[in-house]
Amino acid sequence: MADLPSSPGLPAGSDAPAARGERLRLATVWLGGCSGCHMSFLDLDERLLALAPRIDLVYSPLADIKTFPARVDVALVEGAVATSDHLELIYTVRARTRVLVAFGDCAVTGNVTAMRNPIGPAAVLQRAYVETASAGAGPPDDVLVPKLLARVVPVHHVVPVDVWLPGCPPSADVIYAVLTDLLAGRPPATGGLRFG
Amino acid sequence: MNSRRIVIDPVTRIEGHAKISVLLDEAGRVAEARFHVTEFRGFEKFCEGRLFWEMPAITARICGICPVSHLIASAKAGDAILAVEIPPAAERLRRLLHLAQLVQSHALSFFHLSSPDLLLGFDAPPTERNLFGLIAHHPEVARAGIRLRQYGQTIIELLGGRRIHPTWVVPGGVATPLLPAVRQQLLAAWPQALEDARTGLDAFKRVLDAHAEEAAIFGTSPALFAGLVDTAGRVEYYEGRLRIVGPDGEAVAEGLDPTRYQDYLGEATEPWSYLKFPYYRPYGYPDGAYRVGPLARLNVAAACGTPRADAELTEYRQRTGRVALSAFYYHYARLIEIVHALEQIGRLLDDPAILDRDVRARAGRNRHVGVGVAEAPRGTLYHHYEVDDDGRLVRVNLIIATGQNNLAMNRAVAQVAAHYITGDDVREGVLNRLEAAIRAFDPCLSCSTHAVGAMPLVVDIVGADGRLVRRVRRDPAATSR
Repeated sequence: MADLPSSPGLPAGSDAPAARGERLRLATVWLGGCSGCHMSFLDLDERLLALAPRIDLVYSPLADIKTFPARVDVALVEGAVATSDHLELIYTVRARTRVLVAFGDCAVTGNVTAMRNPIGPAAVLQRAYVETASAGAGPPDDVLVPKLLARVVPVHHVVPVDVWLPGCPPSADVIYAVLTDLLAGRPPATGGLRFG
Repeated sequence: MNSRRIVIDPVTRIEGHAKISVLLDEAGRVAEARFHVTEFRGFEKFCEGRLFWEMPAITARICGICPVSHLIASAKAGDAILAVEIPPAAERLRRLLHLAQLVQSHALSFFHLSSPDLLLGFDAPPTERNLFGLIAHHPEVARAGIRLRQYGQTIIELLGGRRIHPTWVVPGGVATPLLPAVRQQLLAAWPQALEDARTGLDAFKRVLDAHAEEAAIFGTSPALFAGLVDTAGRVEYYEGRLRIVGPDGEAVAEGLDPTRYQDYLGEATEPWSYLKFPYYRPYGYPDGAYRVGPLARLNVAAACGTPRADAELTEYRQRTGRVALSAFYYHYARLIEIVHALEQIGRLLDDPAILDRDVRARAGRNRHVGVGVAEAPRGTLYHHYEVDDDGRLVRVNLIIATGQNNLAMNRAVAQVAAHYITGDDVREGVLNRLEAAIRAFDPCLSCSTHAVGAMPLVVDIVGADGRLVRRVRRDPAATSR
């Protein structure tokens, strides 16, 4: 992690995308989590209508772009890093994103997703695909199905994180405040660390 | 051999992590199509050792879209372990919370995730096929969808203290009674919610004829349908008995006690997906494929039981026949269920009994096993706990709605692929239709791959002639405690 470049962050003040009349290139990423943080993003409700002219959603489970694009201003990353696919994606996200936000407690700490760590992937897979299956041949081994990592880790264990947005999930009000600050080129005030 | 594999990675505008692969033969024909679910978390294992009291809050984290369904099923399993009857107001309040979640989750599925395909077109530019494209091109529909989801989320927030992962539902009832001022606030916002639901239904009906081709091929393979119904055979979300019907609408089984699901449901695994494949045990795997969720519920039930929803159901059945086979009609069924849920929410709020302050039965562990079942937005949800004398979990078993549609989703992908793909020239819009067939089911993979059935392990030894030589069976009940 030490050899990765730290994020330059968004241009401040008058150089902010909003001040230049540009739309914020926003990505949302879903790693190992429950989607509650994405749901809380949608809990912006009618504020989404106000946000719509100011952002381009360039990558998201809510949008149809299949490849993480170049030059993303802000990426909200939900979930812990739990599989080989997550690992591959988060390196790409970091390399192409100016401000990487650890979005919610799983991204910040590992949280519930990391509860399997004391048990390990082999035991949870054994339980799911061998002990309790009534037909079939054990855990997935297809090339298209990612491997579980030995340990589930929060995002900052793998790549540098610029903004911490804790909560399970963070409330829509906090998400809105952070996005508004980033649009204006201000360092976001997340209201301090809050868990649960 | 000149075969080629097309991979859609990731499948987008669904709730979960998945890929689709299509294998083409040398002539460019579809040889095989699969829906691969790529996520697994393992709740059933790591919840062992936890107290059953904690399970509603922990299992809610299985899913941020439908945490309330997990709260309900988990608390019902807890009620069974306490061996109590919960106060009537608590049941009303749980029903209200659950219906609110159905409204928000169905609104999410239709407006936020699927309507861009339906209203902008399957071949619209991919950069526009999302909620923000909808806001730009159909602002009134987008606003209605956002407001409708907001109504459901607001009920959850005002009852449970927060919109996502409220911890208000507890074994024995709910934590706090409903305040009169909150009831008034929810009743005041109710007419607008019904109007917003109408906006969605009208928008869908306007485009239905334009999508006749998709409706004809989005997963029409015959399968069983399963869902809970009440004693009069009406749609039931909180309790009831399981009814299973065949593609002709005839009952295959009814009056099944859902807490005895292990008697009639089995789960299979395949090496190419983390999502298991539940099946109706008497028919075996994969012949016992069955579907759950809005389409299945309307297929198994005689009626909804509320006037507006039943009027819509009549019109729906005029279009689809008594049993709707195409997964495309999941959208339509979902919109009717929103109307039905809103009508029931209105009834519950109108009844002063909902304000009763006796909302929680208190007891300790009285049984070692509890099974809680509810109709989640995507179908029947099972939580099964076994605890020790102190209430610590020794075995957790979850069967999540979406998994039960796995066989049908795979068949739908294969059917859509075979219909649209010929030769090497595969347009983006065709790939989007493969994904859209999956979206119709509204799969919640966030949930489904946390499920592990405590099914007996059965190994079939099959001879070269395909006949069963020997069946080896291990019953988990015999190996646990």
